[in-house]
Amino acid sequence: MTAIRRFLPSWLSSYAGLYILFLYLPVIFLPIFSINTAATPKFPLSGVTLHWYEDLPKTPALIDATWNSLIVGVSASILSTVLGILAARSITRYRYPGRRTINGLIMAPLVLPEVIVAISMLLVMLQLGLSLSLFTVVLGHVLVCIPYSMTVLTSGFEGFDRSLEEASADLGESAFGTFRRVTLPMVAPAIISSLLVCFTISLDEFIIAFFLTGTEATLPIYIWGQLRFAAKLPGVLALGTLLLFASFVLMTIAEILRRRAARRTQNEGGLYA
Amino acid sequence: MTAAAEGSPPLRVAGMRRSPLLQSEAVQGFALISPTFVYALILLVLPILVVIAHSFWTQNYLTIDHTFTLENYRIALTEPIYRDLLWRSLYISLTVSLLTVVLAYPIAYFISFHGGRHKSLWLFLITIPFWTSYLLRVMSWKVILGYNGVLNSGLMGLGIIDEPSTALLYNSSAVIITLTHAWATFAILPIFVSLEKVDRTLVEAATDLGDGPLRSFLRVTLPLSVPGVISAALIVMIPTVGDYVTPKLVGGKDGVMIANAIQAQFGKASNWPLGAALSVTTMVIVSLMAGATVLIIRALQRLAR
Repeated sequence: MTAIRRFLPSWLSSYAGLYILFLYLPVIFLPIFSINTAATPKFPLSGVTLHWYEDLPKTPALIDATWNSLIVGVSASILSTVLGILAARSITRYRYPGRRTINGLIMAPLVLPEVIVAISMLLVMLQLGLSLSLFTVVLGHVLVCIPYSMTVLTSGFEGFDRSLEEASADLGESAFGTFRRVTLPMVAPAIISSLLVCFTISLDEFIIAFFLTGTEATLPIYIWGQLRFAAKLPGVLALGTLLLFASFVLMTIAEILRRRAARRTQNEGGLYA
Repeated sequence: MTAAAEGSPPLRVAGMRRSPLLQSEAVQGFALISPTFVYALILLVLPILVVIAHSFWTQNYLTIDHTFTLENYRIALTEPIYRDLLWRSLYISLTVSLLTVVLAYPIAYFISFHGGRHKSLWLFLITIPFWTSYLLRVMSWKVILGYNGVLNSGLMGLGIIDEPSTALLYNSSAVIITLTHAWATFAILPIFVSLEKVDRTLVEAATDLGDGPLRSFLRVTLPLSVPGVISAALIVMIPTVGDYVTPKLVGGKDGVMIANAIQAQFGKASNWPLGAALSVTTMVIVSLMAGATVLIIRALQRLAR
């Protein structure tokens, strides 16, 4: 018995190590092959070059796609965070009938097949006579970003001590003043974290953009177009590496802020309440 | 995630009192959530209703004929190509959800029971790959499994095979591997959450009463974590059935899934009503399969006790 007990954790931790390797291995090949001189990704590397990276800024279509992605990402993250703040505040602060149903509906895009979500939005937009553009992509991205925004914001808002706001009101602060000087500083990290998460999702999102865009390509759509040509692969790998790096940095910052928000609302609230 | 979450705490009805205060609280809460709610109604519920309506119509070139018909469903369910695609998509999503859950359980267990101080670091490590572009992750699997890919050149370098194997890429196994990797995080998190809720004193009690580690796991920990297992299975199963990118990039001819056919109806083939009927059929069948999975897992849970 004791043998099993001692053996089990070590077996589990080596399994955990292997699992992490399985999760990270595919991702690691992108940067490795992006500095390879040969166009086909195979070992051993034929030589090291930054050539593929130097070519990136010289591609006008790529520059356009980057701008489009930035426009869509910034608009989608702001819109979905605003809608996320309203919903998360309502869910964590108030109790009312139908609350869980509404919450379930708002979170539903998370578990629905993306293709079906995308084609149904496409049908409605065409019926309404909206012409497909970056605007329609933003509308679609907001829908899929809200659930993530909600998750981040609810964890920041939960445990938020209401008595702090009440104290502020009792001490003569106006509703807006209370919001600006008490509520906002407490939840600001969660809000920034939500903006970063939504921006990252929008930056990487392909299916919805693919169906809902007109002629303008976002970065994933540009990559999709390039994938047809084997010779373009190294350029795509270089671009992919930069995107990976951007996502990684943004998500790390978002996670640090989310934790700070969760700590702030719980510990400080508890301490000063 | 909440939609599929099982065993979440029930609404705290006990604390509610019928009073004017509650009334105003309900009104305020509802007013606050209504913009987001309306957004979801217009861009999710309305579109799905429009798709359902389209599935009963027919298309003559560019105009839609609004007479009610079940013809699209007949085609979706009896035409061999759609039937095969549907079966394959269901088979792939079922296999992927089974694999992800089985592979994810030990790691969720490890983090929850042996993660110690580093629990949140482990969770962060696991979520990071998920935050990188899905398209790029699928592409890297193509790089690994390809004819001139990493796996083939690696195996040849080690002298295990003489010439590159074509069996790795462009089939349904490649799709299953890629999807199992892509959805790992989604399976780990719900299982982890339900394992965190397992009362550790119950496990200790089982051990004190003479159960070995394996028996106490099978009779206490595993049954108590069933809600997490169910959410994980559903969270993976329902979206993967409609995956488009993976079959298109690594599936080849034998790995095409229903989403590729749906996309074709809205693109090249331009038969919206048929595309709509295929979407509705897929959703209905995957929901039935999800329901059956829940029942089977629950039955197994009862057997374990």
